[in-house]
Amino acid sequence: MSILVYALHYEGEFNQNSLGAVSEGAKLAKELGGECAAVVVGGDDLTDDLCASLGRYGATKVFRGKAPEGLAQPVVDVMAKVIQDNGFRYALFGGGLLGFEIGAGLTARLNAGVTMEVTAVRAQDGGLVAERPILQDSAIVDVGYVGETGIIIGRLNAFDISEGGDGAAEVVDVDVQLEEHSTKAVMVQRGEQRGADVNIEDADILVAGGRGLGKAEGFEACEELAGALGGAVAATRAVVDAGWYPYAAQIGQTGKTVAPKLYLAAGISGAIQHKVGMQNAENIVAINKDPNAPIFEFSDLGVVGDLNKILPKLTDAVKSKKG
Amino acid sequence: MKICVLVKEVPDAAVEKRMDNGSKRLDRSGEKNLNPFDTHAIEAAMQIREGGELDVEEIVAVTMGPESAFRALHKAVSLGADRSVHLSDEALAGSDVCATGYALAKVLEAESPDIVLLGQQSDDGECYTIGAVVADHLKMPSLTQVIKIDVEDGKLRCERQAEYGYDTVAVELPAVIAVGDAINEPRYPSLKAIMGAKKKPLDTKSTGDVGIDSGQVGEGGSKTQVLAVNAPPEKASGEMIEDEDTNETVEKIISWLDERKLLA
Repeated sequence: MSILVYALHYEGEFNQNSLGAVSEGAKLAKELGGECAAVVVGGDDLTDDLCASLGRYGATKVFRGKAPEGLAQPVVDVMAKVIQDNGFRYALFGGGLLGFEIGAGLTARLNAGVTMEVTAVRAQDGGLVAERPILQDSAIVDVGYVGETGIIIGRLNAFDISEGGDGAAEVVDVDVQLEEHSTKAVMVQRGEQRGADVNIEDADILVAGGRGLGKAEGFEACEELAGALGGAVAATRAVVDAGWYPYAAQIGQTGKTVAPKLYLAAGISGAIQHKVGMQNAENIVAINKDPNAPIFEFSDLGVVGDLNKILPKLTDAVKSKKG
Repeated sequence: MKICVLVKEVPDAAVEKRMDNGSKRLDRSGEKNLNPFDTHAIEAAMQIREGGELDVEEIVAVTMGPESAFRALHKAVSLGADRSVHLSDEALAGSDVCATGYALAKVLEAESPDIVLLGQQSDDGECYTIGAVVADHLKMPSLTQVIKIDVEDGKLRCERQAEYGYDTVAVELPAVIAVGDAINEPRYPSLKAIMGAKKKPLDTKSTGDVGIDSGQVGEGGSKTQVLAVNAPPEKASGEMIEDEDTNETVEKIISWLDERKLLA
């Protein structure tokens, strides 16, 4: 009853969510009486040492496939072969876009059950059960698997990193012929940073802006409030994709994960993809004109009102309070 | 060239969604609408056609769902699709992601599209994955969460945000592309388009019509089982302020922040 975990890497370093998934896989494999192996796919930067280092997180073996990086379908080909040749019962992914795509591709290839946005996994009756929040986290379903293989895709930051392994993992090269369709998407440019480089991860106070600001200029009010509070400005994916604010300030699924003392969300609805990046903030204040915005479900102080009226007055009040 | 757009009927945003504890399926009764994320996929199809770089003869909306789902197809047609295909069969009820992806791939296979477009997620299931499942069955290259599509040398040049920043990927056709909601602002349908939608061709297909193995779909063909539906851990709900007098509101926020020593 073994588990295969996909480990994403970029520029010689493994992704934090992948390391969490390897740690989780090792813990679960132990409970099931099996082994946890990892699979890595890429080029020459996947050195023996780098691959073997996954042993620290509990992987006993690391399967290494040579294929283009940053795209899901070549990884599906490698993982399908590794699973078929070695009989893994489960495939596990940490949070992140590629894990969703690879897991989905494997579902089709192996005719396997899949659960995504998983926040916890447990061993039960000799198999794994995945816990998945649904309907804006208003309910949690326990999902079990039938068939030969089960696929589990974690939510961002769902699995904690733990260095409980015995040292170096054995590295096994996998020779795989890519499917024709897996070669028909070609990376032109990867990891482009758009906009200014700002540091939000070290800030104790963040004022974050979303679509509710109405326009790019709406961020000026956030910047003034953040300045008064001694904090920095963050943004949602929607406004970053719209070009209102730089990518480096983005919180959430494909952005950064933060846990400041104060997170003041201005005009942010609170979609799950955003929530996963900031839910560990100590204090969450949300201002939104929609009383039904999901963010009010997990904020400590919710204000229903017009940002254009509240933000400038709040900035002045903070300034005079702080003197 | 043919573009197929996968669409779904979902409970209206205003409807309180809940799980049915008996069937352990989503209770989909109540007012329904076209999945709002799908409108971006239809708009993307329209823009590819209007761009003129590819000769798009037909945009076909495709759905799988109960009888009522024809209304989502009418909406899709009013937004620009030329005709629609409705895969509807009792045998499909209770299909999980694996079974749904297989069934949709079969109905698409019968259409042999050059491009399959879909939205990044459904408003109810929030699975984000159907595009990649369908693509593997169809053996087409695929990308999800795409926020910009340009046609270049007969290929699609797609941009998206991934783990480490923005990626640009060139994708050969035929291909399956799931678009993010930042890709465009869908146009509003004209009154004429709404009225005309019911007259556009709508094919209803059963599983047998498109060669679906009924053992692979429905609850019996699914590879996951919902074992239980639980309530999430209780979280103390936060304080709420309705802004009536902004000076008063601001005062309340300030004292709340001050109590927590956040204004030091």
